[in-house]
Amino acid sequence: MKILIQQMITGISIGSVYALIASGYALVYSLLDFSNWAHGEVCMLGAYCCFMATMIPKMPFAVSCVLGIAGAALISLFNEKIAYRRIRNNGSPNMFLMIAAMGLSTTYQNLANVIWGSKFKQLPRFFKTSTLNINGIFVGTTDLLCIVISLIVLVLLLLIINRTRFGLHVRAVACAGSTARIMGIRIDQVIALVFVMAGALAGLAGITYGMKYNVYPTMGNVGLKAFIASVIGGLGSVPGAIVGAVLLGLIETVVSGYISSGLRDLISFSLLILILLIRPAGLFGVDVQEKA
Amino acid sequence: MINSFYEGVIVTCCVNIIAVLGMSVLTGFTRLFSFGNAGFMAIGAYTAAICSVQFHLPFALSIICGAVAAGIVAYLLGSLTIRLRGDYFLISCLGFGECVRVLFLYLRDITGGATGYTGIPFRTTWVVALVCAIAAFIIAWNLIHSRYGQAFSAIRENEVAAAANGIDVVKYKKMSFVFSAIFAGWAGGLYAHYLRHITPVLFNLPKSCELVITTVLGGLGSLTGSVLATLVVQLLPEFFRKFSEYRMLAYGIAVVLVILLRPAGLMGYKEFPDLFKKSGKKKSTGGA
Repeated sequence: MKILIQQMITGISIGSVYALIASGYALVYSLLDFSNWAHGEVCMLGAYCCFMATMIPKMPFAVSCVLGIAGAALISLFNEKIAYRRIRNNGSPNMFLMIAAMGLSTTYQNLANVIWGSKFKQLPRFFKTSTLNINGIFVGTTDLLCIVISLIVLVLLLLIINRTRFGLHVRAVACAGSTARIMGIRIDQVIALVFVMAGALAGLAGITYGMKYNVYPTMGNVGLKAFIASVIGGLGSVPGAIVGAVLLGLIETVVSGYISSGLRDLISFSLLILILLIRPAGLFGVDVQEKA
Repeated sequence: MINSFYEGVIVTCCVNIIAVLGMSVLTGFTRLFSFGNAGFMAIGAYTAAICSVQFHLPFALSIICGAVAAGIVAYLLGSLTIRLRGDYFLISCLGFGECVRVLFLYLRDITGGATGYTGIPFRTTWVVALVCAIAAFIIAWNLIHSRYGQAFSAIRENEVAAAANGIDVVKYKKMSFVFSAIFAGWAGGLYAHYLRHITPVLFNLPKSCELVITTVLGGLGSLTGSVLATLVVQLLPEFFRKFSEYRMLAYGIAVVLVILLRPAGLMGYKEFPDLFKKSGKKKSTGGA
């Protein structure tokens, strides 16, 4: 029982990292209706920015985290400005956005490989003690930190989307882009800001992931997991993405704990196909007709 | 007659040409994207390898078995997923490809797991590879210029209009998908009989990406463009060894640039011979 609780906490913690990435995915998807494949790489680059900042002497770790997040947000904005906006404006099919994103993802992954090499880099940790012992249940402090940070950030994100004027604009653009433009919303500005937000979330995710494990060029593949999570929750739905992410994290840790860690990815990808077949709109998806 | 370096280059090029031709029919002509074709290559490679090692089948028969196995799996997968909208289909393919790789890693008794499957006889000489690549091109060319190919292009241009004109969209999409899988399986089988030792890592997601990238670079809708792009993508790093580290970086940037600046790709909808026709026409009609 104690082991199960331990597994659950690990699962929720990895799920919360997925949730940070998945909510960015979902935001972009809800606005532009395409899967931003480069999102995982933004997360990876954020982690590397943070790592580079820690190399500067006398830099407090908290500041390097902020720098990492800012770096990821800038890269995300750069993607939008340099690639996605042009493709949207020259009237290419939506599919081209995805190919461009795939190209960017390949580019960044190999760029990181060329710049930093394929060796694992270690980010420092916030706490000296690595595990807490609560009634015989061992809990990693980094795991707890991940959960707490993600919880705060995601609640903030949901508040921004549901309570602020900017959030209203985002929802309007997601609902009907051209109508929103007629209503006087500057949609390019809204989209750019959403990319910044998604990038910042990805950067945070990259840093927490880097603290939990390591930083390496192919860590952007965690974006795939976040993608599965947002499919489970329903593409384009932020709360759905969060629930899906935690669910996926739990399933993954339980599978690798009790069945086999080799089968973990097989199970998550089979789950993806299964969800697409049975309920393509996901648990919280809105318009089935459009998406399936 | 030809040294082993050049033999390797030719075989790799030809194998990739076959796989990319399959992608080209699927992506260029039917406008379906698949990030799972490396999975079909893996199925073809392992099936062919097991056929010739365990069952001592002749080489040609093993290759056919590999291609057919990939085709059957594609048919089954396609029956489930072909109705999904573009990006959902793409993602299900991606998931499938990863599943295949992980499954082959996991089934150690059959596939040898991460250490790979060894003892495959060497059968794919450069002559075999070249003949296969030419045959593949002829088959793909004839398919594209047949009634089926016309149906694929109609679906690419406008699915609803195609359906309104009595084209069974689901059937033709599935046909195109199975075709690309058969080609991928064929390529995989040949590759296995060249390398003599295959591991699941050979057929990972970056390999699928590479196939898509090559197809996009060559032009979505041009078979000769695909062949040309494969040659460029495969040959450049061979002759500029120093740059091999930057290979995928360059291709990533190239894809982004192509999509931004020349979305139709290297050749666009044109085939290689059209280039000469077009230039002649322009002179006579004043570019009309």
